[in-house]
Amino acid sequence: MAGKHEVETHGYDVVVIGAGGAGMRAAVEAIEKGCKTALVCKSLLGKAHTVMAEGGVAAALGNVWPQDNWKVHFRDTMRGGKMLNNWRMAELHAREAPDRVLELEEWGALFDRTEDGRILQRDFGGHRYARLAHVGDRTGLELIRTTQQRAVALGVDVFMECKVVRLLKGDDGAVNGAVGFYRESGDFVAFSAKAVVLATGGVGKTWKFTSNSWESTGDGHALALWAGADMIDMECVQFHPTGMIWPLSARGLLVTEGVRGDGGVLKNSAGERFMFDYISPYFAAETADSVEEADRWYDDKVNYRRPPELLPRDEVARAINSEVKAGRGSQHGGVYLDIASRRSPEYIRRRLPSMYHQFKQLADVDITAVPMEIGPTCHYIMGGVRVDADTAETTVPGLFAAGEVAGGMHGANRLGGNSLSDLLVFGRRAGLAAAERALGQPGAPAVAEDQVEAVAGHCLAFFGRDGGENPYDLHHELQETMQDLVGIIRTASELEDARQRLGELGDRVEKVGVTGERAFNPSWHMAIDLESMLACANCTTLGAIERRESRGGHTRDDYPQADPELERVNMVTRLTDGRYSVTPEPRPAMPAELASLLEEAEAEEHGAGDPASTSEVKVKEGQG
Amino acid sequence: MRAIEQAAGPTAPAGAEAALPAGPVADLRMRLWRGDSKGGDFVEYRIEAAEGEVVLDVVHRIQATQAPDLAVRWNCKAGKCGSCSAEINGRPRLMCMTRMSTLPAGEPVTISPMRAFPVIRDLVADVSYNYEVAKLIPSFTPQEKPPEGYRMQQVDVERGQEFRKCIECFLCQNVCHVIRDHEENKERYAGPRFFVRLAELEMHPLDTLDRRAYIRERMGVGYCNITKCCTEVCPEEIHITDNAIIPLKERVVDSRYDPIAWLGRRILSRPAPMTAAQVAERTRAGRGARTRSGSGSLG
Ligand SMILES: Cc1cc2nc3c(=O)[nH]c(=O)nc-3n(C[C@H](O)[C@H](O)[C@H](O)COP(=O)(O)OP(=O)(O)OC[C@H]3O[C@@H](n4cnc5c(N)ncnc54)[C@H](O)[C@@H]3O)c2cc1C
Ligand code: SF4
Ligand code: SF4
Ligand code: FES
Repeated sequence: MAGKHEVETHGYDVVVIGAGGAGMRAAVEAIEKGCKTALVCKSLLGKAHTVMAEGGVAAALGNVWPQDNWKVHFRDTMRGGKMLNNWRMAELHAREAPDRVLELEEWGALFDRTEDGRILQRDFGGHRYARLAHVGDRTGLELIRTTQQRAVALGVDVFMECKVVRLLKGDDGAVNGAVGFYRESGDFVAFSAKAVVLATGGVGKTWKFTSNSWESTGDGHALALWAGADMIDMECVQFHPTGMIWPLSARGLLVTEGVRGDGGVLKNSAGERFMFDYISPYFAAETADSVEEADRWYDDKVNYRRPPELLPRDEVARAINSEVKAGRGSQHGGVYLDIASRRSPEYIRRRLPSMYHQFKQLADVDITAVPMEIGPTCHYIMGGVRVDADTAETTVPGLFAAGEVAGGMHGANRLGGNSLSDLLVFGRRAGLAAAERALGQPGAPAVAEDQVEAVAGHCLAFFGRDGGENPYDLHHELQETMQDLVGIIRTASELEDARQRLGELGDRVEKVGVTGERAFNPSWHMAIDLESMLACANCTTLGAIERRESRGGHTRDDYPQADPELERVNMVTRLTDGRYSVTPEPRPAMPAELASLLEEAEAEEHGAGDPASTSEVKVKEGQG
Repeated sequence: MRAIEQAAGPTAPAGAEAALPAGPVADLRMRLWRGDSKGGDFVEYRIEAAEGEVVLDVVHRIQATQAPDLAVRWNCKAGKCGSCSAEINGRPRLMCMTRMSTLPAGEPVTISPMRAFPVIRDLVADVSYNYEVAKLIPSFTPQEKPPEGYRMQQVDVERGQEFRKCIECFLCQNVCHVIRDHEENKERYAGPRFFVRLAELEMHPLDTLDRRAYIRERMGVGYCNITKCCTEVCPEEIHITDNAIIPLKERVVDSRYDPIAWLGRRILSRPAPMTAAQVAERTRAGRGARTRSGSGSLG
C-alpha cells in the first residue's frame, strides 16, 4: 500500500477481532457459511483470557436434574441480573446453550460424565439446578482448545500477536475494515472487510486488583466507541468477593466460591464471623442467623438455612469492603477465609486441589493449616457494546460484537457459568449474521488509505516524544483511581473526583513517550492500551454517576436502594466529537409470556423453601 | 547458532544503577538476555526483592522502572495459558509459576528465551513452528451421532482429559533434543506436545480416523528415544512419555507388523485406515491457516 508508512493489506469477507471463546466460535461459523475469514488476536492463538475460566459452562441440558429447562435458566439469569438484562438475549442464551455445548462434543471436547455416560453438570451460584457442564476445574481451556482446533481444521487465517488499533469506516458510515500492528515487528497491517466481529473480552486491567489477564484492556469497547457505537450499562462491573491479596505477586487471582461452599468462613482481624452482621432484609428469610444453624446447613440443607458467607457475590464483596474500611481488615488489607480450622487436611486437599496447589505454589500458604487472606477482585464487566439480540449487530452497520465485550445479556450481575455459554451462543450468532452481511455484499471494500495513515501516524507519535510520561506509571495511576474511586462502593463525590482525574490522565496519555524500537516493545503496547482503558474508564464512571441507585454489581453508598424507575433504562454512553455523554434510555419491554415465567418464580420465592437459593450454595470445586 | 550461547557474561547497562528507586536495598541480581535475531547478550539488573514474588513479577518491575522496552510474553500470570515459558537458570519453566524464593538466594538469576526456537526479541521466542505442526494434525473425526446423543463413560474420557490439560507452553518441545539440537528435524518431527495431541485423538472414544501410518511416516514418532526430558518439564504434569508416546509407538508398530490387529480394528467399526498419503491429502485440503511468522517450510 502506498503512503508514508509501509502497510500490509488483506481483504476478507469477515474479520473477527479476538480469539477467546466468542471470537473462535464466530470464526468457525463464518467459515462454515463459506466466508473468507480472518481471526486476529493480540496474543498467541489459544492463550486468550477464556483459558482461565474454571467452573463450567451453564446450559440447561437436564442431565442431572431432568426438571431443568431453558425457562428455569432464563428465570435464574434475569433474577441474577437484577432484571436489567436484555430479555431477548437471556432468552436466546437459555434456549440455545444446550446445543452449543453438545456441539463442542462433536468437535472433540471431553466433558466430565454422569453415571449413564452423559455430560455431568455441577451446582453453581444462582442456578436453581446443577447446570454447569465442566471438565474438572479447567473448563475454559477445554472450550478454547476445542474451538481453536475446530477453527484450524477449517482453515482459518490467523493473525496472532496482532493488535487492532482502530476500525475503518466507509462513506456510508458502515465499518469496512480495521487497522493494527504486529507486536512482533511493529509493522502495520490493514484489513478490508465486509463485516467485522468484535470479540475482545473485558476491561479488568483498568482496576488494580483483578482476576483478568493482561489482554483485558477494553480494546473492543473502545474500538466500537471510537467508531460511533453505543455502550450500555458500563457501570455494571462484577467484583468477585474472594481474590488472593497476598503476596503481591498473586493479588487479584481468583479464589473459588467452592471454598465457602465446602465450609470455609470469612473472619475479620478480631476472628469474628462478620457476615452475620451483613444479612440484608431481602435475604434474611433464607439465611442462617446463628453460627449453630449455619454450621448444621452443610449436612442438612432441608431443615437449616444457608450460612451468610454464601450470600450472592455482590453482597459478600460489599461486606468485606465494609470490614476493611472499619479497620477490622487483615494485615494486607483483606479479610480471612478460613477452612483450615473447619475441615480436615485430607478433605480440603480432596475437594479443593487447585486451590491447595495455588496457595502452596504462589503464597507458600498451606490452606489446610492457616487461613487465606482474601479481598474483592475485579472480575467481569456486564456492560458493553449495545447489540441487537438476534444478530449481535452493534448500532454501527457492519460491526458485530459478542462475548464479554457485548452488553445486555447479564444485566447488572452475571451468574457464574453464564459467560462461557454466552460466548458460544452469541459468538455463533455474530459469526452467522456477519457472514450473511458479507455474502450479500458484492465486491471487497477499498481500504481507506487516509484513515490508515492517520492511525499509523498517531501510534508512532509516541516514539517521538523525548522525556514523555512513563506509560507503566500512568497505568498504575489509572488503576489506583478506578480502584479507589470507582470500586465496589461508589458515591457521587468520589465519582466526580474520578471523572476529573480521568480527564487529566487523558491529557497525560497524549504525552506518553516511548523509547526503543518498534519490534515487540511492551511500553509502546502499553501506551496504546492506555487509550482503550481510559475510554472504558470514562464510560464506567459516567454510567456510575448517572445510575443513582444500587443494582447488582453497581453499588452507590448515597443511593443504597434499587430504583424501580431505573430498572427500566439502560445507561447509554457515547463519544461524540471527543466528548463523552450518558443518557438513560428505555429498555424494550418484555413480552407477556416471558414476564409470566418470572412472576411464577416470584410466587415460588415467597412460598415455603427456596430451591433457587439452596442450590446456590451447593457450589463445589468450580470458579466463577 | 544463537548469540545467547556466545554470551560473554554480564554487563551492567549504563544508568541501570542510577535508575534504582531510593529506599529498599537492591538485593537481586537479574541477568536477562537482551537482543534479537541478530544477536544479544545478558544484561544485569539490580532490583530490590519483595516478599512472595514470582520471576515474572521481578521482570515486570524491571520493565516498569529500568527497561521499558524489555520484551516478555505473558497473559494469565496464573499458570494457565502457557505464554511465559523461558529458561530460568538454564531450566525451562513458566516465569509466572516460579517463585523467587525457590531459586538459590544471593546468586544472580539468569533468564533467557527458549533455546529451541528462534528469538524474536529479549525473552520472547518465535514459537510459530508449533502452530505449523498443529495444522498438520489430522483433525478429530467423530462417529455418527446416534439420535439419543453420544454416551461416554468417565473412565474412557480420563486418559484423553489428561492430555487435554496441555496449556501449549511448548516447554517440552523446547527440551526435546530431537529438535533442540537438530534444526533440520523440525521438517519431519512433530515433537512431544503433538504426540500428546495425537495420542489424545487416537484414544478418543468417538474418533474414527486411523492416523497410525501418518504418525510413523510424517510425525516422526520413531525419532523419540524416550529420554523423558519432556515429561520432566511439563508444568501440567502430563505423563508425556509413559502415557502418550510409548502407547503411540506401540500402536505404530502394530500398524506395520500386525495385520490381525488391523483387521480387529476394522471389525470394531472403524472405517478402513487411510494411507499416510491419503491423510496428508486430507489435511492439506483443510489447511490454509497462516500464522504471521510461520516457518512455512513444514508439510
Ligand atoms: C479466573 C476466571 C475464572 C472464570 N471462570 C468462569 C467460569 O467458570 N464460567 C464462566 O462462564 N465464566 C468464567 N469467567 C469469565 C469468562 O472466562 C470470560 O468472561 C470470557 O472468557 C470472555 O471471553 P471472550 O471470548 O469474550 O474474550 P477473551 O477470552 O477475553 O478473549 C479476548 C480476545 O480478544 C483479543 N483482543 C483483545 N483486544 C484486541 C485487539 N485490540 N486486537 C486484537 N485482538 C484483541 C485477545 O487477544 C483475545 O484473543 C472467568 C473469568 C476469570 C477471570
Ligand atoms: S522422550 Fe522423546 S519426545 Fe520426550 S524429550 Fe525425549 S526424545 Fe523428545
Ligand atoms: S505437554 Fe506439557 S510441557 Fe508440553 S506443551 Fe503441553 S503443558 Fe507444556
Ligand atoms: S502467564 Fe500464563 S502461564 Fe505464565
